[in-house]
Amino acid sequence: MLRFVLQRLAMAIPTLLIVAVTVFVLMRLVPGDPASLMLGDLASAGQVEALRKQMGLDQPIPVQFAMWFGNVLSGDFGRSINTGQDVLPLIFDRFSVSATIVLLAVGIAALIGVPIGMIAAWRQKGALDLGIITGATLLLSIPSFWLGLMLLLFFGLQLGWLPVVGYVSFGQDFWAALLYIAMPVATLVLVETGVITRMARASTIEVMQLEYITHARAKGLSEPAVLWRHAFKNAFAPTWTIIGLILGNLLGSIAVIETVFTIPGLGRLLVDSIYARDYPVVQGCLLFIAGIYIVVNLIVDMLYPLFDPRVTI
Amino acid sequence: MSARAIGFSFAQANGIIGGVIMVVVVAAALIGMMWTPYDPLRLDIMARLQGPSAAHWLGTDEFGRDVLSRLMSGARTSSWISLSTVLFATIGGTAIGVIAGFLRGWADRLMMVANDALLAFPGLLLALGIMAVFGASRNGIIIALGLAYMPTVVRVVRGVVLSIRELEYVEASRVMGNSEFVTMARHIVPNCIAPITVLATSLFGWVLLAESALSFLGLGVPPPAATWGNMLATGRPYIGQAPWLVIFPGLCISVTLLGINLLGDALRDRLDPRMRR
Amino acid sequence: MTTPATFNGAPSLLEVDRLTVRVGAEGPAVVEDLSFSLAAGEILALVGESGSGKTMAARAVLDLLPSPLVISAGRIGFDGVDLARLDPQALRRIRGARIGMVFQEPMVSLNPSMTIGRQMAEGLRLHKRLPASEIRARCLAMLERIRIADPERCLAAYPHEFSGGMRQRIMLASVMLLKPALLIADEPTTALDTLAQREVLQLMTELTRENGTAVLMISHDLGMVAHYAQRAVVMRQGRAVEIGDTQRVLLAPQDAYTRRLIDALPRRGAARAPAPSDQAPLLALQDVVVDYAGRRRLFSQGAGTRAVSGVSLTISVGETLALVGASGSGKTTLGRAIAGLVRPSGGEIRFRGRPIGSSAGRDGRAQRLNIQMIFQDPFSSLDPRMRVADIIEEPLRLLPDLSRRERKARAIEMLTDVGLEPQHAGRFPHQLSGGQRQRVAIARAIVRRPAFVVADEPVSALDMTVQKQILALFRRLQERYGFACLFVSHDLGAVEQVADRVAVMEGGRIVETGTRDEVFDRPQHSYTRALLDAAMLLDRSFGDADIRAGEERNLG
Repeated sequence: MLRFVLQRLAMAIPTLLIVAVTVFVLMRLVPGDPASLMLGDLASAGQVEALRKQMGLDQPIPVQFAMWFGNVLSGDFGRSINTGQDVLPLIFDRFSVSATIVLLAVGIAALIGVPIGMIAAWRQKGALDLGIITGATLLLSIPSFWLGLMLLLFFGLQLGWLPVVGYVSFGQDFWAALLYIAMPVATLVLVETGVITRMARASTIEVMQLEYITHARAKGLSEPAVLWRHAFKNAFAPTWTIIGLILGNLLGSIAVIETVFTIPGLGRLLVDSIYARDYPVVQGCLLFIAGIYIVVNLIVDMLYPLFDPRVTI
Repeated sequence: MSARAIGFSFAQANGIIGGVIMVVVVAAALIGMMWTPYDPLRLDIMARLQGPSAAHWLGTDEFGRDVLSRLMSGARTSSWISLSTVLFATIGGTAIGVIAGFLRGWADRLMMVANDALLAFPGLLLALGIMAVFGASRNGIIIALGLAYMPTVVRVVRGVVLSIRELEYVEASRVMGNSEFVTMARHIVPNCIAPITVLATSLFGWVLLAESALSFLGLGVPPPAATWGNMLATGRPYIGQAPWLVIFPGLCISVTLLGINLLGDALRDRLDPRMRR
Repeated sequence: MTTPATFNGAPSLLEVDRLTVRVGAEGPAVVEDLSFSLAAGEILALVGESGSGKTMAARAVLDLLPSPLVISAGRIGFDGVDLARLDPQALRRIRGARIGMVFQEPMVSLNPSMTIGRQMAEGLRLHKRLPASEIRARCLAMLERIRIADPERCLAAYPHEFSGGMRQRIMLASVMLLKPALLIADEPTTALDTLAQREVLQLMTELTRENGTAVLMISHDLGMVAHYAQRAVVMRQGRAVEIGDTQRVLLAPQDAYTRRLIDALPRRGAARAPAPSDQAPLLALQDVVVDYAGRRRLFSQGAGTRAVSGVSLTISVGETLALVGASGSGKTTLGRAIAGLVRPSGGEIRFRGRPIGSSAGRDGRAQRLNIQMIFQDPFSSLDPRMRVADIIEEPLRLLPDLSRRERKARAIEMLTDVGLEPQHAGRFPHQLSGGQRQRVAIARAIVRRPAFVVADEPVSALDMTVQKQILALFRRLQERYGFACLFVSHDLGAVEQVADRVAVMEGGRIVETGTRDEVFDRPQHSYTRALLDAAMLLDRSFGDADIRAGEERNLG
């Protein structure tokens, strides 16, 4: 088990390194000099030169990368140009907001989508299946940001049931937080349920054709027992991987939902920093989100043998 | 009536509905290139934020521009960007994937480590990063999204190449005396086309969605040019007083995506070799 | 058809009467008007080729038909109830408890994510009210009964830790734990190699005899049926064409199709004159070793496996050498090494006295062109995007002095040579039957008139009657074009029909070689004897001890 974990960890190292190089190179491609950007238009050439030295910009590029990556590894993501804040605490602060929304949404979507997808597969080509698959395809075709706007228009503005903008953390006021978070989470749940339902259905159909399902029926098991005991675990394994991917992908595109509902999350921080040309923050966000994605997939991988013992531990 | 008969016609009906939707969208885009009810860029402050009427079927926006005209013009922009991006990502990704699958060994493994690292940027993230460098522009989007989706294409194509390599007809070609290159060109690459077509269809949907999302974030095609995404973004502040400004562009995106998804499903059913036999 | 006769006057346990299974309620029939009966303790076989409806007929008994198929008419009497009209809940009480079923594919018939113990216990827990300790004790006793080495460990293990043969034994054990009155065995050994087949079938007969369980056996293999079943139902295109005692069906078939099936059983032809011994061999292998590299990891490489270890062989011009052995014996790898698909890691392969493989360049290439190969799976050995004519023509493209027109003409000529019609030239592989595809594959292999052909299990994916035709065609072509052949096969029946000489392979080594008659009639090595014992060749089983064993059982 430990060997397996270590092996997966070792495999993540080159990935992480190349991700870091990519982010670093991207930020170097930005037109203009970071030092003069930081100091603004009014700075003198001397001031700029001094800052360049201080930031290590006069060093060769590989040295600059090594310095930067060394700092990152020790938790120093640099400072925001605009506010002067340390980047990492800023990211953590915003990340907790985004993570809450994403985890809640994906969890609920999986709880809804997996059983529905399995039932559709069980009744494959029946009326129920056609209904479910049509509904799932419809949901999956709606962009989350538009669905969010429509929910906001209906429940927020027309009916006035829910607050339309802003965010309250669960620590501050649990019930208010629930109200504020309801619509963003519901939006993502609706969209991702479509994806998960279709995935669960497809993998269940594949499993249901196998002989061990017929074997289970030939033993005299009831249909619910066949589905739960024999189909579920085997069909869930590929869905589990997809859930990991969805989790990461949502983090990468959470900015749109945070924009719709004006939520101070990590995605919004990234987009605002791109507008403001606050490159240390952009750099930090990119690296942080990619890192989280790698970690999520690592965890998903490591839990995979729980569903499929053929994958060696 | 058998269940299979229903299922079969349902799958076919899906493909037809998807095809019809796509034809309508493409037609709207083509017509939008030559003619729109109004000039999509002409301002008319007197007529701003008007609801749907006989003169303006889908209403007007905050500058009095005709929403229908802007949607038609946006269809053109969005489908042009999506198409270019898909071509860019598919051709580039296929070339790299085929080469990696062809070379195998160390070169292949190095390429795959790099490719997998790029795949570690989830969803829009890599595109966001690239847009941060290039700034919002039409070509910037094509490059950013094309680069962001290319690793996926590489991964899929290489997988397909490797799986076809194991088939007996490829071995037969080798035994026959064909060189690796001839085997690749005559037997492997042509058999990759079907799965790549299926992938490219899905890719079209993802790119359209991503392009709308970027434009919605203000990092896509800059105004005043219309795309469905930036129409949503500029309409958002007026959602209370002029809901049609956010309803119609989103509806366009959703219906188009639905068409692509239905078409993609139908294509997958037809081209999936496992379904044939 | 005849009215279902009861067996030895015993009351029948299962009585199938005019059963019809359709695709949908009004679709085409898969099984039509099928009637037979089965007495307690009897073994009855449903025999037929692919598409005969034998499997669906058996599945209909427990209503386990796949989705669009339904029982549209008929009665399935069991224990005084009609299973075809039983409500699902009552049927579930019969499934497993009274009627057990074992399946064909050992790789997918046990749940991969559930331990053997839980899967074995499942039936007992469902149908018998027993304490957990008692269930466990019974499972262990049963595993001991089927001679599993470490029963305790086996209960905690997952299916993927066992070989195919072991899995089939475990499945059989778990079904027989409930002592059902009837066992339905759906080709339980088709996917196994000869030795494992024999073991599983032996175990099945023992276990069912101990418990007085009747068996409804589904098989395509008449040779096997002759061994184990007392009565047989021969099916074709959904209908029973002949029902009767196995010996009677085999010795005096009434129906034309049954006769064709019996004709297709392997029979030994007259031996051909041996190749003149003074001639230099066409192909000579000297101490050939083939290793497969282990799985690559990030920083290390797993241990490799040696598939072929030190094989020496010679094959003369025009001769057919059969290479036989169980799966994993290295026979396919050796064939692939000769065809140049894998590189030997040691030893030498000489063709017409000159080494091949290592020496690249013009000479090596010309040599390569003279060695061709026919593959096992006619579904995947033809490029799905090419037309038949182009497939056959392709090897000719490497002959520079042929014009396009000459190539076309020769491809068409070859097409008729292998028994296909000119109109097949424009078809795609998926428009052909399995037998037709294998004919195309043969045409592709010999269109360039090679001196040597490696045939890797060329008929094992085909129906018996088609096998017969393809083997006859192969023999005919060999006589006309005079190519030598390495015929790789696990099927001793096919080998007996085509081989001049036989080499037996075990664990990467050749343990015995000799002329066909020497090896089949006077096997020297114990492994060869075990293989021959396990192979149920009709030639040998007919009219002697095996049939008598069947008779004893009939009487007893």
